[in-house]
Amino acid sequence: MLLTFTDCKIRFLLLFSRQGKLRLQKWFTPMTEREKKKITRDMTTMVLSRQPRSCNFLHWKDLKIIYKRYASLYFCLAIENGENELIALEVIHRYVELLDKYFGNVCELDIIFNFEKAYFILDEFLMGGEIQETSKQMVNRSIEASDMLQEGDNSEWFELELFG
Amino acid sequence: MSDVVEKTLTALPGLLSLDSQPGSNKLSSNSKLRNLIRGITELTSKHEEEKLIQRELTSIKEQVSSPNTSMRQMKELMVRAIYCEMLGYEASFSYIHAIKLAQQGTALEKRVGYLAVSLFLNESHELLLLLVNTVLKDLQSTNLIEVCMALTVVGQMFPKDMIPAILPLVEEKLNHPKEIIRRKAVLALYKFYLIAPNQVQHIHNKFRKALCDKDPGVMTASLHIYLQLIEENPEGYKDLTTSFVTILKQVVGGKLPMDFNYHSVPAPWLQIQLLRILCLLGKNDQSTSEIMYEVLDESLRRAEINHNITYAILFECVKCIYTIHPKSELLEKAAKCIGNFVLSPKINLKYLGLKALTYVVQQDPKLALQHQMTIIECLDHPDLIIKRETLELLFRITNAQNVTVIVDKMLEFLRINKDDYTTIDLVGKTMSTVFSVGGDTMQPDIPNSFLKLLSEGFDSVEEDRKLRLFAVDSYVSLLQGEPGKLPQRFLQVISWVLGEYSCLRADLEVDTVLRLLAKLLDMKTTSSETKSWVLMAMTKLCEGGAGVSVARGVSETYSSSLDTVLRQRAQELQHLSQDPELRARVLPRHTGLEPLEVDSSLSFLDGFVSEALAAGAAPYKPPHQRQEELAQAKSLSLEPYGLSLPLSMSSCSITDRQSPTLLSISSGLSGNSNDLSHKGGSSSLRLDGVKRVWGREGYLAQREPAEESAHVEVPSTLRSPSQQGRADGSHSQTPTHTPTPELEKQQLASSLFVGLGSHSSVCLMGKSEPTPQRFRRKARSPASSSGASENISHSLVSPPITVDTLVCNNLLDSHITSEPDVSPLEQTPPLSQGLAAANGSCDEELPDSDVKGSSPSLIGDDALVAADPAPHEEPPKDLLLSSYLPAELSGLSHSEITPLSSDQSLDLSACHVQKEGDLVLVVFIYNSSDSDIQQILLELDSEELEVSCECDGAVGGARGHSVAVCQYSLSVKRPSVHVELVGTVSYQFPVGTPQSGQFSYKLPLSSFIRPLTLSTEEYGTMWLDFSHDTKQNLTLISDDPEPLAASLSVLKNKLQLHVVEIIGMEGIVACRLLQDQPCLMHCRLHAGTLAVWLRSPVPDLPDCLMYFCQRALQEH
Repeated sequence: MLLTFTDCKIRFLLLFSRQGKLRLQKWFTPMTEREKKKITRDMTTMVLSRQPRSCNFLHWKDLKIIYKRYASLYFCLAIENGENELIALEVIHRYVELLDKYFGNVCELDIIFNFEKAYFILDEFLMGGEIQETSKQMVNRSIEASDMLQEGDNSEWFELELFG
Repeated sequence: MSDVVEKTLTALPGLLSLDSQPGSNKLSSNSKLRNLIRGITELTSKHEEEKLIQRELTSIKEQVSSPNTSMRQMKELMVRAIYCEMLGYEASFSYIHAIKLAQQGTALEKRVGYLAVSLFLNESHELLLLLVNTVLKDLQSTNLIEVCMALTVVGQMFPKDMIPAILPLVEEKLNHPKEIIRRKAVLALYKFYLIAPNQVQHIHNKFRKALCDKDPGVMTASLHIYLQLIEENPEGYKDLTTSFVTILKQVVGGKLPMDFNYHSVPAPWLQIQLLRILCLLGKNDQSTSEIMYEVLDESLRRAEINHNITYAILFECVKCIYTIHPKSELLEKAAKCIGNFVLSPKINLKYLGLKALTYVVQQDPKLALQHQMTIIECLDHPDLIIKRETLELLFRITNAQNVTVIVDKMLEFLRINKDDYTTIDLVGKTMSTVFSVGGDTMQPDIPNSFLKLLSEGFDSVEEDRKLRLFAVDSYVSLLQGEPGKLPQRFLQVISWVLGEYSCLRADLEVDTVLRLLAKLLDMKTTSSETKSWVLMAMTKLCEGGAGVSVARGVSETYSSSLDTVLRQRAQELQHLSQDPELRARVLPRHTGLEPLEVDSSLSFLDGFVSEALAAGAAPYKPPHQRQEELAQAKSLSLEPYGLSLPLSMSSCSITDRQSPTLLSISSGLSGNSNDLSHKGGSSSLRLDGVKRVWGREGYLAQREPAEESAHVEVPSTLRSPSQQGRADGSHSQTPTHTPTPELEKQQLASSLFVGLGSHSSVCLMGKSEPTPQRFRRKARSPASSSGASENISHSLVSPPITVDTLVCNNLLDSHITSEPDVSPLEQTPPLSQGLAAANGSCDEELPDSDVKGSSPSLIGDDALVAADPAPHEEPPKDLLLSSYLPAELSGLSHSEITPLSSDQSLDLSACHVQKEGDLVLVVFIYNSSDSDIQQILLELDSEELEVSCECDGAVGGARGHSVAVCQYSLSVKRPSVHVELVGTVSYQFPVGTPQSGQFSYKLPLSSFIRPLTLSTEEYGTMWLDFSHDTKQNLTLISDDPEPLAASLSVLKNKLQLHVVEIIGMEGIVACRLLQDQPCLMHCRLHAGTLAVWLRSPVPDLPDCLMYFCQRALQEH
């Protein structure tokens, strides 16, 4: 069997607002810009048109779409067909928890204005479409350690914090 | 909640002007980005946005290429470029600068550089090569954070060809003292393994080291690799089974640091990973499977917390148990677990339950039988996704007996489905299955409607094309395989489809298709009807060239056929293939889509007929008349032999008379005309299974298990509830009243699940003997384990009504996507409130966002009763207020009207009204001042309650000395003995400052309790499925000759419980919490007290109810 990079379990993560505005996009498999745009459009229309009291899962092509709404923001995760939907739902939830821990009562505006931080947190949590770190403390420690670099080059102290 | 500063977009300008955002000293203030974002939110048209972004991009472009731009500025520019790309505008000029930033920036700038690279580029982008050196350098850095960054980017994307360059460095990191580095290195190697497996072959033993790492994080990371490796080659890793089992045991046993807990479940992701690995290892391997039985059992047992993640683990567990070498005890537990999923009121769990059923149903079809009513409910579910999953499940249980109903359901689904991918997938995949399984026993209308679907198509042309192409492709490949095995009916469909649509596939030679079709003709098994279909298809296809020669050969063979129809078709083929002009006229291309007009009265033949009659021909008699005459003639001539005349003759003529049209249809069919005429040609549900499963008086099949389990049964006494569920069969004599829609569902169920009683009947090709189920079941039950046979009897009494009510619980599962009306103001309440707190608490909707957003004009008149000015100064007393109760509530019992709050101008009071299916809170707002209040806003919130307002939130106004009334519908989110609502009222006089006041309203949970009517059997089945319970001994009403009955009747009257049955010393009682959360109660007289045992699927509900029962009995 020839394995390709498309084998990763999570294909992409999109965050968009109730108005369908994209807030964050992470693609775990290579895609062309056109594909990305098409998928984003499909996702927003599909997810936003869901009736209340429907389940949080959708089929799209050969993928499962797992979405969840947090206040005004939709989190939308695409996983392979064989994957477990409930775990995906908890992946989203854990990410929200991480964001919440970092921003402190996170809201959509935090993500709009600091989307790069949201990406950093995501990169510590998911790597190449797989869960990397499930411990909340660890993710935050590594993010904060990196953040503090900006204050000057006293990184050693924070390394102590992070790796000690 | 209230102290949370709500950040709304309307407050945006204010926020933007502030340098420091609240609580965010760690957030960078990239003011240019802020300006850009603000600029975009202010725009109204897409066109304006485009202009703005283009301007922005031009300015970024200028700055990034300027030599004076510092790395710090570059960092900000990159963030802005990322933003523009996210909005869908290309910023490819910045890619190279992102790489430069990663290369040259200091740590933080480098991080943004790497991020930009990972967002902009993908593995195959050529610029990525330029990153290799940077990565190499950073991997060797002494700064651990830089090493982390490099590993992170490598784990996301790295040019395949350059892996050897960095591989040694990454490998080295496996021995790094810091766990985070080791973990990232393992993941990077996993990535390498995925994109270039041969490159990392030599380090397999290092993976083992990672697996044994003392840090659980590194070990978890290594499991990704192992899962992949084992998937490819399970044989190679059997020796690791014990290690995986040990790890799982430790995890399940809570041996990992607390840090790895997720909502107090120990390392769920790790558990799931391990379960998947075990699943692969134990498949088809008894000895390996035996190693894991114990830990699987423990996993099932330990997963008790009611949280999504627990269910996720359970799902994997069940999957594993059904995949590995079976162990009956585990299977039984897993089956029960699936039951919990399927019966769950939460729609997500139900979905997963269907999925699990789909997975296991091939091995254990009776499981589907057990949940048939739920499946039926799901089939009618408004959510298409659930519907589709149900169909998927049904296809797995398709057999010759239920194929018609299932296909009907599928066609129904296709009619409402909009998604073309799903359609194609479903139609293609499942029609083939259905045809090959159901094949010849299908009614003729099924393939007909399928063909109709194909030809009439859907709304979109493109979709039709895809579906047709799909059909052509799959059928061609079927014919290339072994068409001899396919049912005749399917072959006919194939011929038709190929005849009509093979021209759509341009690269498919007509020749090839013709040859495939000709092959069908040569097969001995092909019936003559099929042959005529094939010939017709060929007629459509043969058009010049090679086609003609094939056609000639075929038509020569068949023009001398004994079958007139075949001879006719062969003639047609011959003539049309040789005369292109005629062919073009008869079979014009590409017009197949227009409906043909058929003159069914054959009026164009009138002339011919009258001529023939004039020439002395006999007038036409319809076939049934001819048959009748024939039969009469025969019976006359056979009269002397009347006694010995076979009955079959007369019965045959009766059948014919009943379905004259069908006779002509079935006459050409291959050997199954008997079968068809027996079915009477109706297109409605096939109910031949009904008698076996459902009768007029209820579920007949219940008797059979009752017989089976009779030896363990003493029917007259009420058993302890745990036995109850299994012993239910004994109560089947109690007739259950079933309303008509229910009956319809049951009929549907019986026709869907017919033939599922035993393994043998599933996937029987074509003509399976419709053996009555009881024989089969009896025959096999001794062979199956005792546990399994208990399971059967359990399954057969699955109560329709119970399931019904449980399904309604979906309504309560509000936290999934409860969606109050979108408010016109854009609000951004915090994404999550108290995330750390409880499961799912973060997806609570804020009811106030709803309230604020609505404008007064939206208020419906019926919800708001603004009364005339009261004639006196005093605020209206209870009695008077109650007259303001909305008319539809006035007849119902309501609680005492209690004052909520009052100030100089407004008096608020409230009461709650118990409706049968609802609890309504009525708030009376009395304006005691002289002046009118234009607008009053009421906001209600509660932790335990779901509040939905029936008057759109705002109350509108209240004139001086008048009362306005507002209604809210309440339902319980989280049971608690007393539930409390807090609210604020705000209003403003035409002149004056805004006023507001706060209030709270408390009500007992008992007001949400309603009787739940069910039968003893249903009670028994439900009882076992509920996980939350509590037991307590309560005081008995002892001054009554029948203490149990008296106590229960007190409970019944005070708490609105439903007494299901009282037998001897025991009684069972049921109730529901609005809307439909069941709670079951089992009471027993025990040493002068009432031993009460409460069970419910809802946590805390049993405890709360116990409290009320206790009080009710004490107060008596």
